[in-house]
Amino acid sequence: MERGIFGQLVITFGTISLMAIGGANAVVPEVHRQIVEILGWMDAPTFARLFAIAQTAPGPNVMLASIVGWHVAGTSGLLVATAAMLLPSSLLALACSRGLQRFSDNRIVRIVTLALVPIALGLMLASGAVAMLAADAGLFGFAITAATAAVTYRSKVNPLVPMAVGTAAYVAGWCVGLA
Amino acid sequence: MTTLETATDVPPSLPALFTGFLKIGMMGFGGVGPVARHIIVAERNWLDDRAYAELMGICQALPGANTVNAAVMLGDRFRGTAGALTCVFALMAMPLLALVAIANVYDAVSDHPLAQVALTGAAASAAGLILGTAARLLTKAGLARWAWLMAAAAFLAVGLLRLPMLPTLLVLVPLGLVAASLGARRI
Repeated sequence: MERGIFGQLVITFGTISLMAIGGANAVVPEVHRQIVEILGWMDAPTFARLFAIAQTAPGPNVMLASIVGWHVAGTSGLLVATAAMLLPSSLLALACSRGLQRFSDNRIVRIVTLALVPIALGLMLASGAVAMLAADAGLFGFAITAATAAVTYRSKVNPLVPMAVGTAAYVAGWCVGLA
Repeated sequence: MTTLETATDVPPSLPALFTGFLKIGMMGFGGVGPVARHIIVAERNWLDDRAYAELMGICQALPGANTVNAAVMLGDRFRGTAGALTCVFALMAMPLLALVAIANVYDAVSDHPLAQVALTGAAASAAGLILGTAARLLTKAGLARWAWLMAAAAFLAVGLLRLPMLPTLLVLVPLGLVAASLGARRI
């Protein structure tokens, strides 16, 4: 069953593409399951760090695929994983865009949205939980996660701010022996 | 047919689509959603507010990142397949370059002990970010009771029990569709 890294990237992210309701933020547990647990391409903390890097980069939230591809196979891995993550869902969007021109009724869209939004949000929570455990940052790390979550929940500040403050706080805590 | 009506009469050219989506990708540090709306509606006048909301509604009902789907659909509507390709390429170009730059810095420093600590802190913070966002969206979504059950089931299955996602979705999505159509009929 030797597929080569590129073939595996295409299969993994090509299928995850169609499961990514709400974007990559819904599929962190699945990417973790496949990349860390099944393929063993990296350990959990490395995965959590790459996820953090993907969060800091600008752009739509498909960058998790890109950075994982980059980590396992350099720039070509990045391009292959990104294309695999983008192509299936984009083809579906294209088909729907053309198909919908024939409907004037958007009842179907409303029902699908009603059905998918709660699932997507539950998956997003699951993504946060999996990323938190994978980070393996200890008790002080849980405190940082909780504080960042609380700030993000309460204010609409640019996510890069709590991210930077959380990182700085963790480093400071490490310096005084908390972490 | 009201979906995706253009606010302007002449569809934007390929170069205009390219620069518009390049800008969306470039300025979207910390989330592209608000930037995309600003450029598509306010700056370029490609869609009015209502058409934009309708577009995002459809994008939400599809897998994939909303902005990528919006790029595909707008590009295709204005300039066909070439338009869709142009928009997606423009949207992804700068973020990918930025990511390569960040990744190279990561590579250079990741063995340094202090960098390891910082990256662990960043990972813990990123987890909090997504948890907080999910919690905020959940409380603001005005979910019906069945929808809360669906969200809880998705979280439990994938987050705690660590079940594979495909079978989970194959169970939850049809259930959600049934519940949503029953609910929609009642309203």
